Amino acid sequence: MSPPALALENITCTFVSGARGGARYTAVRDTTIVVAPGEFVSVVGPTGCGKSTLLNVAAGLLAPSAGTVRVFGEPLAGVNRRAGYLFQQDALMPWRNALENITVGLEFRGVPRETAQEQGRDWLRRVGLAGFGDRYPHQLSGGMRKRVALAQTLILDPQILLMDEPFSALDVQTRQLMENELLELWSANRKSVVFITHDLEEAIALSDRVVVLSAGPESHPIGEYAIDIPRPRDVSEARLTRRFLELHAEIWHAMKAEVLKGYARQLQ
Amino acid sequence: MRASSSSAGLRLAQAAVLAGVFALWHVLTVPGILPPFYFDDPHRASFFFGEPLKVLGRIWHWFVGGDIYRHLGVTLVETLLAFAIGTVLGIAVGIWLALAPLASAILDPYVKALNAMPRVILAPIFFVWFGLGIASKVALGVTLVFFIVFFNVYQGVREVSPVVLANARMLGASPRQLLRYVYLPSAMSWVFASLHNSVGLAFVGAVVGEYLGSAEGVGYLIHQAEGVFDINTVFAGILVLTAFALILDWIVTLVEKKLMVWQPRSGETERI
Ligand SMILES: Nc1ncnc2c1ncn2[C@@H]1O[C@H](COP(=O)(O)OP(=O)(O)OP(=O)(O)O)[C@@H](O)[C@H]1O
Ligand SMILES: [Mg+2]
Repeated sequence: MSPPALALENITCTFVSGARGGARYTAVRDTTIVVAPGEFVSVVGPTGCGKSTLLNVAAGLLAPSAGTVRVFGEPLAGVNRRAGYLFQQDALMPWRNALENITVGLEFRGVPRETAQEQGRDWLRRVGLAGFGDRYPHQLSGGMRKRVALAQTLILDPQILLMDEPFSALDVQTRQLMENELLELWSANRKSVVFITHDLEEAIALSDRVVVLSAGPESHPIGEYAIDIPRPRDVSEARLTRRFLELHAEIWHAMKAEVLKGYARQLQ
Repeated sequence: MRASSSSAGLRLAQAAVLAGVFALWHVLTVPGILPPFYFDDPHRASFFFGEPLKVLGRIWHWFVGGDIYRHLGVTLVETLLAFAIGTVLGIAVGIWLALAPLASAILDPYVKALNAMPRVILAPIFFVWFGLGIASKVALGVTLVFFIVFFNVYQGVREVSPVVLANARMLGASPRQLLRYVYLPSAMSWVFASLHNSVGLAFVGAVVGEYLGSAEGVGYLIHQAEGVFDINTVFAGILVLTAFALILDWIVTLVEKKLMVWQPRSGETERI
């Protein structure tokens, strides 16, 4: 059997903060998540439970306090070169316009300018921003910036795609368009995807598997659900199937207590 | 419509202020217009404050006769060299110290001390080292420009968004590419923010250097005239320098507009 594309093994992340490192906060404890090649896994959990933290660990941007990360069987050292990362926050370079932002990864790889520009324009079209190549990030809407970021990552054709709430800034219609687009891209050349979202419906509609995290601190997976809705899917149609509703009820039941717990903790 | 007519009115008012100041200057200094009320001798006022018509006449002679161009050229060359060298050094050292926390911690008190020192007192040393030609003025300007640019670049590199940085790394940037594609552009925006200041200080370095010792430049003209109590020429030099500084500042604004297209400006919508 081929090794998993991404394996987070017994990851624990403890943040030290405060003046003399006095305050410690264990965001994630003893978490194992394994993603097979070509698998689409969603991670849901209440806000502040450590989803972004886990993704940073998978990207190699954050060294875990304990545990190992394996990428196609190899222990990860430094930045994860086989992964593309869509950040939750704005991550475009403000001094480059949309097209230049999309092609910057190709530039890093030494792809000739002409080729890069050509591919960049193609990707601008694919994310629905054909006429916006010369706009700077501050001239784009939040949703447009997200789409530029998506093109910026996908143009490099990474084997693993890490996505942190990529569509939460979009309106419902655009969001469903993008979700379908993502599914299409994904099924064309199966990448492994780790998809983080607040939105349980989105998670079920897109994924092969949904991992539910408990509320922090010391967050850990409290449930894994295989989503056996047949593919190819259309996200808006999938939401109407009986199986979808069953799964939704089942997972929501497990999540609800955690969401309330997390909310109560944040109010304190 | 209204905006443009009120801005024309503004221009008119500004011109009126200038004319008023010159008129006042004229009336107060030319002997015989007003009875002397402060100085006993009616010629005293013009001895100390010059006479505007003579000052303007002097400027006219400079530009028509062509004497001034050589001096302006020298001052301009000194200013530009000081600006260019100071900026390049400031960027290089700023990036280096921002990315090397240990070096920055060690050098911190010395940087602060050098910045606190009134740099003009270095002029005599520079005259000894570099002579009375252009080089000593450039050196003086560089010491002024360097710190402005240095502090801005240092700040700029420190404040690069960690997310933009992480994104660039995920997109495959090597440390060298991070420098070129992230740190440098980010620092440049801070350099541009300080452009007006640094060009202004390069100019100050050049003129003060000339004034303290040289054989060329507008600062030298002023120094010369002062030596023979030719107050009209001193004022003419001051006016020429002021106009020169304004033109430099205006060019900087143009350059800034051209290069900083990516920066958000407040209220970019078009008025209909
Ligand atoms: N650098 C840090 N230092 C200290 N604490 C941190 C740090 N980064 C994250 N945390 C804490 O770890 C917890 C998890 O943060 P994380 O960003 O992973 O949450 P999240 O699940 O992505 O939340 P959201 O869904 O709102 O984005 C939070 O309580 C946060 O305060
Ligand atoms: Mg997050």
